[in-house]
Amino acid sequence: MQLIQYILRRLLYLIPVIFGVSFVIFILFNVVAGDPTPLLLGKNATASQVEELRHQLGLDRSLAAQYFDIVKSAFTFDFGRSWATKQLISEVIVNRAYPSLTLTVPAFVISTILSILISLVVAYYRGKGLDTFIRVLCISLMSVSSLVYILFFQWFFAFKLGWFEISGYEEGFPNFLAYTMLPGIIWIILSLGPDIRFFRTVILDEIYQDYVRTARAKGLSEITILLKHVLRNALIPVITYVVIQIPFLILGALLLESFFDIPGLGGTILQAINSSDFPVIKAFAILSSIAYIIFNLITDILYAVVDPRVKLN
Amino acid sequence: MSLLEVKNLTVEFHTEEGVTRAVNNVSFSVDAGETVGLVGESGSGKSVTAYSILGLIPRPPGKITSGEILYKGQDLLKFSERELRGIRGNDISMIFQEPMTSLNPVFKVGYQIAEALMLHKGLNKTDAWNQAIKLMDQVGIPDPKRKAHAYPHEMSGGQKQRVVIAMAIACDPKLLICDEPTTALDVTIQKQVLDLISELQHLYKMGVLFITHDLAVIADIADDVIVMYKSNLVEQGKTKDIFEKAQHPYSKGLLSCRPGLEGNPKRLLTVSDFMDNSGNELKVSQERMKPFTKSYTHEEERNPVILKVDNLKTYFPIKAGFFRSTVGYVKAVDGVSFELRKGKTLGLVGESGCGKTTLGRTILRLEEPTEGTIQYGDISINELDKNDLRGIRSRLQIIFQDPYSSLNPRMTIGQILTEPMEIHGIGSNSKERLEKAEYLMGKVDLLPSHLSRYPHMFSGGQRQRIAIARALALNPEFIICDESVSALDVSVQAQVLNLLLDLQEEFDLTYIFISHDLSVVNFISDYVGVMYQGKIVEYGTADEVYHNPKMDYTKNLLSAIPKGIPKS
Repeated sequence: MQLIQYILRRLLYLIPVIFGVSFVIFILFNVVAGDPTPLLLGKNATASQVEELRHQLGLDRSLAAQYFDIVKSAFTFDFGRSWATKQLISEVIVNRAYPSLTLTVPAFVISTILSILISLVVAYYRGKGLDTFIRVLCISLMSVSSLVYILFFQWFFAFKLGWFEISGYEEGFPNFLAYTMLPGIIWIILSLGPDIRFFRTVILDEIYQDYVRTARAKGLSEITILLKHVLRNALIPVITYVVIQIPFLILGALLLESFFDIPGLGGTILQAINSSDFPVIKAFAILSSIAYIIFNLITDILYAVVDPRVKLN
Repeated sequence: MSLLEVKNLTVEFHTEEGVTRAVNNVSFSVDAGETVGLVGESGSGKSVTAYSILGLIPRPPGKITSGEILYKGQDLLKFSERELRGIRGNDISMIFQEPMTSLNPVFKVGYQIAEALMLHKGLNKTDAWNQAIKLMDQVGIPDPKRKAHAYPHEMSGGQKQRVVIAMAIACDPKLLICDEPTTALDVTIQKQVLDLISELQHLYKMGVLFITHDLAVIADIADDVIVMYKSNLVEQGKTKDIFEKAQHPYSKGLLSCRPGLEGNPKRLLTVSDFMDNSGNELKVSQERMKPFTKSYTHEEERNPVILKVDNLKTYFPIKAGFFRSTVGYVKAVDGVSFELRKGKTLGLVGESGCGKTTLGRTILRLEEPTEGTIQYGDISINELDKNDLRGIRSRLQIIFQDPYSSLNPRMTIGQILTEPMEIHGIGSNSKERLEKAEYLMGKVDLLPSHLSRYPHMFSGGQRQRIAIARALALNPEFIICDESVSALDVSVQAQVLNLLLDLQEEFDLTYIFISHDLSVVNFISDYVGVMYQGKIVEYGTADEVYHNPKMDYTKNLLSAIPKGIPKS
């Protein structure tokens, strides 16, 4: 009951935020950006063409009405059509999200689980050779530019060895695997360094707490202490770190998508920006702020689940 | 054969800075049914000794370089980690100092007790849980069936410590090691916990090794006492013998530096009165030990009323429901009135949560009063706006409890002392301010050359003196000391208390001294207010309150203070 009340209250906060975000977008695109018609029709358009287009785009309506159009789109998810491709934006987003998610979600899940496991092992062997080795490895992995991984892996594993497709995309499981596995592996390698370093610090912070000493004095083994007592407490900062990344998964991995020619959302945004496709950019701005708030809410709820001290109010 | 016999134990810590010997050739024994008190100040090696018994010192950097720890004749130092785990929590268990942090915050207390039973006694979940409830009942937690489902943060400090005790005795241990189990607790709770430990000890014929820096506690419960000083065991014997005829100058100093309820000298004796830096015994003069009686004569002329608090209330709203409306108030301070004369000290005592800290903070407007007036001289503090408030901040100072976290670790002591002077425009240039800082260092008995050092290079007692120097930097007239000596060892505590009294005499300072330690408050205060549930329930001169308490609450509080007289 408390939980439902809490979620409802937090969702109510969404309303002013949507009005606010819409207002910023409105100022940027409908006021500051000026008249988009010359951009769309070219210099030689006739006055009547301009007039007609302005009507089509709803630009002849009052500013207040234009603002409420933006607010309305945030609630209905109807963002109109793209200026460039004339497609329905909501459809484009759904279609393009699929390839993005097939790349980012598995890579994200695997890299998160892998880094937590490795951090636990490192914490168990803290201060010993393995710990030092993995810390050095993490820093080395982080020191190499992502472009180096992309170009080398593409050339070596895909071109030389032919284990994966070099680029492109095919829908449907398991067909997409041939295309998404290699960029997925690169994603994992890029995440491992910072993730392990963060999780290791969090776990080690917990290991020196008094309750761990109590658990040892009780006679529990180091592994039980680590997996049960320490992990549960360490989850609190880990959750924030992990969940806050999720909205970015939906937006896709811009660099990886463009190098591997995966038709994901990352590419869509880039295209929209390049071609001044205002409605598409607006749609992304609104959706990402909503996603951000919702995942923040999920983070808070998860806190309350793992930590009994957190009261949802 | 003794239950536990520690022979020639030496423990070293090997770090990059070099090797420190934390325990040097220490030998003692604990018999079944016997309580041995292990006394010493922080850093004396007493905790390292205790942790070594269970193999709980971190290794590396810790290293047991020689000695034997015989439990029922078997050398625990030769045990494998696996064999040791069979002993921990089963044959030998431990109670820790901080009940707030020694329980895992995310597990139910019932489970944390049951865990040891499942591990060592092979009970299944249900049986272990039921047994945990029985144990909670035995250690005096009301409604254990329901409380077993509680998380640590839902319990009071005393109850948490009872849970830790229940956890420790779950598997009927033969030896119980208690590491300062009552230091963090109020006196009344301390008494209950000590009584509980003795009761359980008699019931189960356990041997108890009781570590503390508080000799008064030791007198109440220990049969034998071991005194440790700078990694060495300097004295051991029957408790009565040590209290009556201690041999080592350090033990003598330790016995005298804790303020008692009567017969205190004008300035407390400290360890340095009994021995010099190289450990040679010094003769203490009769003059130094002479009991001192506080004088209240000619107060009207000499000490005008400087602070007048009238019907002060500080309420914190409780918010609930969908629209976070205020449904009630926590009445932290609930109608407090008193007057304080210049150059005098008002001691505020009471158990945690009684509102004494909030009262102190409200007087300085660090909390906003809900109602009432605070008159300081001719200033109405409760009516000041933000700007005027900043103006009087320099005259009214506060010294906090924790000397570890109240100094900025990235500033040198010089910067810490001169920064407030700069803000409040004291001293015309940085040279003058630096000179003042050097002068202050001398006042608090530290070297002026240490101004370039950082806080971490000082001990707890030294840091507290730095905090006092910082408060003095602004030439205050009035200082609130909020548990300012509670985190210190008794010997250091005595030094800091003496310092506060010296400064009061020299600069005619007025103090409000907030503490849960009744003996300390008695020593330093001219007047005492006993707080309970946001109200001052008893008020008077220190002698009146301590010797003729009117309220049952005060009587209870006073009777819970360990008397420091060993049982014969």
